[in-house]
Amino acid sequence: MSNEMTLDKAQTSETEVSAVRAAPKKRSQWAEVWHRLKRDKMALCGLAILTVVVFAAVFADFIADYETVVIAQNLGDRLQGPSAQYWLGTDEFGRDIFARMIHGSRVSLLVGVLSVSISIVLGGSLGAVAGYYGGKLDNVIMRVMDVFLAVPSILLAIAIVSALGANLINLMFAISISSIPSYARVVRASVLSIRDQEFIEAARAIGASDFRIILRHIIPNSLAPVIVQGALGVAGAILATAGLSFIGLGIQPPEPEWGAMLAGGRQYLRHAWHVTTFPGLAIMITILALNLLGDGLRDALDPRLKH
Amino acid sequence: MNKTHDTDNLLTVEDLNIVYEADGEVTKAVSGLSLSLKKGETLGLIGETGAGKTTTALGLMRLVPNPPGRVVSGKVMYEGQDLMQATEDEMRGIRGNKISMIFQDPMTSLNPVMTVGDQISEVIMIHQDVTKAESVEKSKEMLELVGIPGARAGDFPHQFSGGMKQRVVIAIALACNPNLLIADEPTTALDVTIQAQVLDLMKELKDKYNTAMIMITHDLGVVAQVCDKVAIMYAGEIVESGAIRDVYENTQHPYTKGLFGSIPNLDSDEDRLNPIKGLMPDPTNLPSGCRFHPRCPDATAICAKVKPEPVITESGHMSRCLNSLPAALDERQDDVQELKMVAGA
Repeated sequence: MSNEMTLDKAQTSETEVSAVRAAPKKRSQWAEVWHRLKRDKMALCGLAILTVVVFAAVFADFIADYETVVIAQNLGDRLQGPSAQYWLGTDEFGRDIFARMIHGSRVSLLVGVLSVSISIVLGGSLGAVAGYYGGKLDNVIMRVMDVFLAVPSILLAIAIVSALGANLINLMFAISISSIPSYARVVRASVLSIRDQEFIEAARAIGASDFRIILRHIIPNSLAPVIVQGALGVAGAILATAGLSFIGLGIQPPEPEWGAMLAGGRQYLRHAWHVTTFPGLAIMITILALNLLGDGLRDALDPRLKH
Repeated sequence: MNKTHDTDNLLTVEDLNIVYEADGEVTKAVSGLSLSLKKGETLGLIGETGAGKTTTALGLMRLVPNPPGRVVSGKVMYEGQDLMQATEDEMRGIRGNKISMIFQDPMTSLNPVMTVGDQISEVIMIHQDVTKAESVEKSKEMLELVGIPGARAGDFPHQFSGGMKQRVVIAIALACNPNLLIADEPTTALDVTIQAQVLDLMKELKDKYNTAMIMITHDLGVVAQVCDKVAIMYAGEIVESGAIRDVYENTQHPYTKGLFGSIPNLDSDEDRLNPIKGLMPDPTNLPSGCRFHPRCPDATAICAKVKPEPVITESGHMSRCLNSLPAALDERQDDVQELKMVAGA
C-alpha cells in the first residue's frame, strides 16, 4: 500500500462521504476510515500540509515557469534576501528560491512515494511469503535480507548510484533496494502472528488458495505496521534523496531538488541564511507531516479500534 | 456401524489413522476410526478434550496441519471419491462447497478487517461462477436466513455479538449449500441461551437443506437434542457408536456409562456425581490392551493384554469392550472367555 494511494484515498474520501450518505453501505469502509481520521487533529494537520505540498508539485508549472524562472540564471540578483519580488530570496545564481522549492517538491515526492512503493511491494511480498510458508524458504529469504541489512543503506545507495549513473530512476532504485529488508521484516513478523489464527484456518476450510489467503486475509491484517513504516519510509526516502543530492549523486544541477539546494547554499550560510534555511524547512515540515499522517492512518485503518 | 458400501452413504470413513510427530515423539491422535453417514443424517461425535475429535474433523477435510500432523492411513469416501487420494486442487473445490466446517470460537474464526458480507461472498465467489454483485446479493440472503438483517452485511465482525458472529459463521458454512457440515463445538464459546438459539437454527437449516452433519461436542445434552447417531471417542478411538436411542438407553461401554454418570440426574436424589476416575492417558504413551482399562471400573486382567475389537450388533450398535458384549455375539464371547482363561491361568 503506497502512501500515494492512501493519500489519494484520504483526499477523495471527502467526496465519498457525501456519496455514501446518498447510497448507504456503498464503500462504507473508506467513509469509516475518513470518519475516524477526522477525529485526529494532528493527522489532519499532516494531511493539510501534505495536500499543500502535493498541490504545489502538481501545479508547479502554473506557479513558476521552469525555463525562465527556475533554471535561468540572473547573476545581477544573486543571494538576495526575501523581498516582495523574491518571496524567499535568491540563490547563488540569482534564481528564485521559492520557485525552485516548488519545483523541487516534484522530485522529492516522486522519489519518496515511488521508492517506498517499490520496497513495500517487493519487501512486503518477500516477507509475507517467508512468514506464511516458514521453514527453509523463510530461512533463505531472511538470510538474503540480512545480507542487505548488513550494508549501511546510504552506502548501498551510493554504491548503486555511482555504478549505474546518477539519474532519477537509479536514485529511486537505489533508495528502495536498501529499505526492502526492513519491510520484509515488518511484514514477516506480523504474518507470523496472524498465520496461526483461527480465521486463517477457517479461510482454508472454505477452499481458499494460499494466494488468496495471503492476499485477502493475511496482508490486510498485517497492514497497520506497514503503513506506519511506509509513512516514515517516505520521509526517510525524501531525506535520502536530499542526502544523495547533497553529495552530488542525486539530482543533477540545474534541476532543483531540496537536498541539492541545501548543498548549493552551504558555502553562503554566513551571509545568506535563506538559501539553506527554506529548503531545509521544506524537508523538515514535509517529513513531519508524513509522520503525523502515518500515525493517524494507522489508527484510522484499524476497524478494531472503535472510535 | 454398518460397513457395507451403501450407495446412500454420503460419507464413509474406514480405518483413519492420524498422528502428530514432534521431536521424535509420535502422538496417536486418531487410530482406526471408522464411521459412516447418510444424506441428511446427523452424527454426534463426543469425547473429552484431547480425545481426537477436532483432529478427526480436520482429517476429513485434509486440513491437519502438516508438520507436525500426518494422516498415516485410512479411506475417506465422500460421494464415491476417496478424499485421501484427491489432489490439493480437488480438495479446495470440495472445502466450503461440498463439505463445510463451523469452528469452535466465532470470536476468532472471522477475519477482523473484512466485512461479514465480504466474508460470506468470498466463499460464494470461490466456488460459484457468479459476478461480484450476485455474490453480494446472495450473501445478504444468507444473512437474512440466519436471522441477521441483510443491511448489516457492511458491518465488521467486532460490531456483532458472539451469538450473531456464530450465525455469520453458519451463513458462511451454508452459503454454497454443502452436503456435509462439520460443526466443531459450535456452541462451546456461547452462553446457554444463545447456545439453544444457535442449535435450533442449525437444526432448522439442516432439515431445510437436508444437510448431513457431524456435530463435535462434549455436551451429551446437545447430542440428544440434535443428532440421529452418536459416536463416543476416547483416546483417539471410537469406543461406542450407534443410533442415539441404542447408545443412550442401552449403553454398552463403561466409558459411555461413566459419561452419563457425570451428569446430574433429575429423577434421582443424589448428593454427588459419579465422575470417571483418573485422567485421559498420555497420547504419546497409551496403555496396552484396552485404552480405557486403567480407569475402567469393570476392568479385569485380560483388559490390559487384549485390545478389544469393535463388536457390532444387528442394529448397528458398536462397542469396543471385552466385557459388555451382547449375548447375540456368542462366538466372540467364547473367544473372550478363552482369552480370559488363558490370562487367568
